[in-house]
Amino acid sequence: MHIYYFNICKRKLWLFSHNLNFEDENIDVKIGKVIEEESYSSQKKNYMIDNINIDYIKKNKTIHEIKKSNSFEEANIMQIKYYLYILKEYGLDDIKGILEYPKLYIRKEVHLDKNDDIIIEKQIDEIYKIINDKKIPNVIDNKICKKCAYYEYCYV
Amino acid sequence: MKRSYYLFSNGELKRRDNSLIIKNDKTSKYIPVEDVNQIYVFGEISFNSKLTNFLFQNNITVHFFNYYGYYSGSFYPRESLLSGDVHLKQAVSHLNFQKRLLIAKEFIDSASFNISRNLKYYNRKEVNLETQIKDIELLRNKLNKVNSIEELMGIEGNIRKIYYSTWNFFINQNINFHKREKHPPKNWINSLISFINSLIYTTTLTEIYHTHLDPTISFLHSPSERRFSLSLDISEIFKPIIGDRLIFSLLNKNMITHESFIEEFNHIILKDSSKKIILKEFDERLKQTIKHKKLNKKVSYRKLIRLECYKLEKHIIEEKKYEGFKIWW
Repeated sequence: MHIYYFNICKRKLWLFSHNLNFEDENIDVKIGKVIEEESYSSQKKNYMIDNINIDYIKKNKTIHEIKKSNSFEEANIMQIKYYLYILKEYGLDDIKGILEYPKLYIRKEVHLDKNDDIIIEKQIDEIYKIINDKKIPNVIDNKICKKCAYYEYCYV
Repeated sequence: MKRSYYLFSNGELKRRDNSLIIKNDKTSKYIPVEDVNQIYVFGEISFNSKLTNFLFQNNITVHFFNYYGYYSGSFYPRESLLSGDVHLKQAVSHLNFQKRLLIAKEFIDSASFNISRNLKYYNRKEVNLETQIKDIELLRNKLNKVNSIEELMGIEGNIRKIYYSTWNFFINQNINFHKREKHPPKNWINSLISFINSLIYTTTLTEIYHTHLDPTISFLHSPSERRFSLSLDISEIFKPIIGDRLIFSLLNKNMITHESFIEEFNHIILKDSSKKIILKEFDERLKQTIKHKKLNKKVSYRKLIRLECYKLEKHIIEEKKYEGFKIWW
């Protein structure tokens, strides 16, 4: 989740990591949760490995991440890459990631590319810096904010 | 949007599958749980632990009122939004006297601004309230110099005294209202104020529940009052805007009159039918929206209370100085 938020909004990352959560009433978050729960219901779901929570795993060595929409595709991809990175640390390096958008009928393969390790490690470093910073990052003033569960808190 | 449910009838409130059902000899009625934000219980309701667990899962607060219509307590589910950071800093903001005073002042400053705004609305040719408005302004100017919570409360008390003294002038019923009395209210207007203030208090409590703030750590009121005193603090700001304006409208439209009350021993209590009128109007008001300047979108009065909690949170985590809500329209 940290990697995902890092690639969307650093302020959200800070708030989330300080347990300042505003998502319990957000309709988009609720819909996302239902999509994740109701799709691919024949699969066993939610594998916790380390601190990552993989939506589901298939025997042909694929890990699957279910998302409601592709508006944050970059962040979605980074999240899977991070999972692949963690699995690689355990010696599992021939795993494929699949990004699923059941409502859009889209699925997308994700691989850990050559330079991804370096990018991920750099992001992890930065994430720690942000989380440990006493000061909260500024609002990003982006049009994505309007739909965010944290909008009212950030902009009031 | 989720809403409040007000239960007057006697009966049993139960969980039925994934919904709520209220049952008695005559009727049974489903209440969709997704739709419920808080429940007010005025009648005699029985329920079991299966129900309380279900209410807890759905983050629903329940407020209980006794036979006389006085607020007696709330079912407040375990905090689901916990942030150690906010909790610690909220406690520090209380313990550090300067920090506490700063926030407490802001509550009174906003509350009294909103009070004087109400008077300005009624200050017309036929009702001249210039003197009272001026006196309140003079008292408000003293707020900056206070050095203790007691002093602050003293000024607030004086402002309220002036404020209440004006009600006889612009309410077009013979209310004979001179001073605020509680426990028990001897005048029917006092009884009305007590009831409506308890609605603001409980609504605020529900809103606090949906934030990371601890409702027992307050700044203006003393936390040792064994109540959710932060709710009392924040309510101060909204009493003039939501509560008092509701009272003025109910009285001036003759929706509530002396006849709406029954006298019992030394109590003057609202009839159930009157409570229903008030609750309906109160609910309407909470749903009313205004265009919010900062958020650039429409927000309801209820949301304004939530936003007030957010602003306080931001102050507590030292992000942005808290400025209490002052009516801007």
